[in-house]
Amino acid sequence: MIDKSVVSAEAAVADIKNGSAVMIGGFGTAGMPDQLIEALIAQGAGDLTIINNNAGNGETGVAALIKAGKVKKIICSFPRQADSHHFDAAYRAGQIELELVPQGNLAARIQAAGAGLGAIFTPTGFGTLLAEGKETREIDGRQYVLEYPIHADFALIKAQRGDRWGNLVYRKTARNFGPIMAMAAKTTIAQVARIVPLGDLDPEAVVTPGIFVQRVIETAPVPLHAVA
Amino acid sequence: MERLNRHQMAARVAKDIPEGAYVNLGIGLPTTVANYLPVDRDIFLQSENGLLGMGPAPVPGEEDWELINAGKQAVTLLTGGCYFHHADSFAMMRAGHIDICVLGAFQVSVHGDLANWHTGEPGAIPAVGGAMDLAIGAKQTFVMMELLTKQGESKLVEACHYPLTGLGCVSRVYTDVAVFEVGPSGAGVLEMVEGLAIEDLRKLTGVPLRESMALPA
Repeated sequence: MIDKSVVSAEAAVADIKNGSAVMIGGFGTAGMPDQLIEALIAQGAGDLTIINNNAGNGETGVAALIKAGKVKKIICSFPRQADSHHFDAAYRAGQIELELVPQGNLAARIQAAGAGLGAIFTPTGFGTLLAEGKETREIDGRQYVLEYPIHADFALIKAQRGDRWGNLVYRKTARNFGPIMAMAAKTTIAQVARIVPLGDLDPEAVVTPGIFVQRVIETAPVPLHAVA
Repeated sequence: MERLNRHQMAARVAKDIPEGAYVNLGIGLPTTVANYLPVDRDIFLQSENGLLGMGPAPVPGEEDWELINAGKQAVTLLTGGCYFHHADSFAMMRAGHIDICVLGAFQVSVHGDLANWHTGEPGAIPAVGGAMDLAIGAKQTFVMMELLTKQGESKLVEACHYPLTGLGCVSRVYTDVAVFEVGPSGAGVLEMVEGLAIEDLRKLTGVPLRESMALPA
């Protein structure tokens, strides 16, 4: 019997090694897998390359991982925010490398990795600083920039419900990068509010098919009006 | 001359958004356009973080922090609205499924180049978010900004000196004193506030401007 559920966040992240590339879902704190990140910090792996839309908000999640000095490089679209002080400090101190990627290119490069594509041509960024030194091509009269896929060793994502085969459904805008990161990483670990019996998830409504998910942990139910 | 305040600017942009349009409103000033969309028009607001059919802010106490907009503010979903993942969201922009996108700007050139993501100052930490995808993806990109900086310099320019967000992507610029069209053939004035002459605008902006005003009905 295949059962991808894992007893704890600690057990789920135990084999993440120094130097791993780790995708972390979330747009700000919506969809951020906080319990998996806490477990990763406690586990101690460092020199990590983190792929996330942002570079941490406030004191928890990706911000706490940066504060703990575990991040060597971050690939993201929107690092600087009102509450990104831990990233700002590490960046100004030269302790963290930043690869800034337009948000749609970030999504497309992650999706390309998950879809087995060797590269993509994207119009976004053409003629800007973020395309400097990159190959370009005119296709049907429009200019495109060559961008490569972003792969990862692990993806840590948050969903609302999952089953023991790894099928997932999400909640509202907490979905964001979850489905594409799940496809792009060698090992995807999902924290869900509830693990349900096989068959409880409507097959027509499954967002991430279990083939893309290796481990599932159950956390406390998502509070409806949780404060970010 | 009576300059439009920010509410009046938002209302002016809203007037040009037709029924049935799929629209993305950028962070900051453009977000306020939503408050002035006529309630009798079905207009679909898209948010880059994965929702279509975005509704107004919830009443205080009813916030759900897993239902937010691009600025990470709590929002609501209209009946009939839906959620999707980030790759689908940016496909909606990049492939021109979005009809109109409204963005703020540091500078716009008369040819429609946009600079709105980075001042390029030494020590500034850059952040781009969805700005580059939005700018070049939508069928039409509108900019909404005050015409002059606090120092009195025109933000409508011959050529942007801030780092570019996109080339030739803006078609229209809504400001506190005039509405401009921009593009391959340069800038034209579509509308001015009362008491302003095109010569005044030429002086304020320092760029060549043609008269593109509609004839009085």
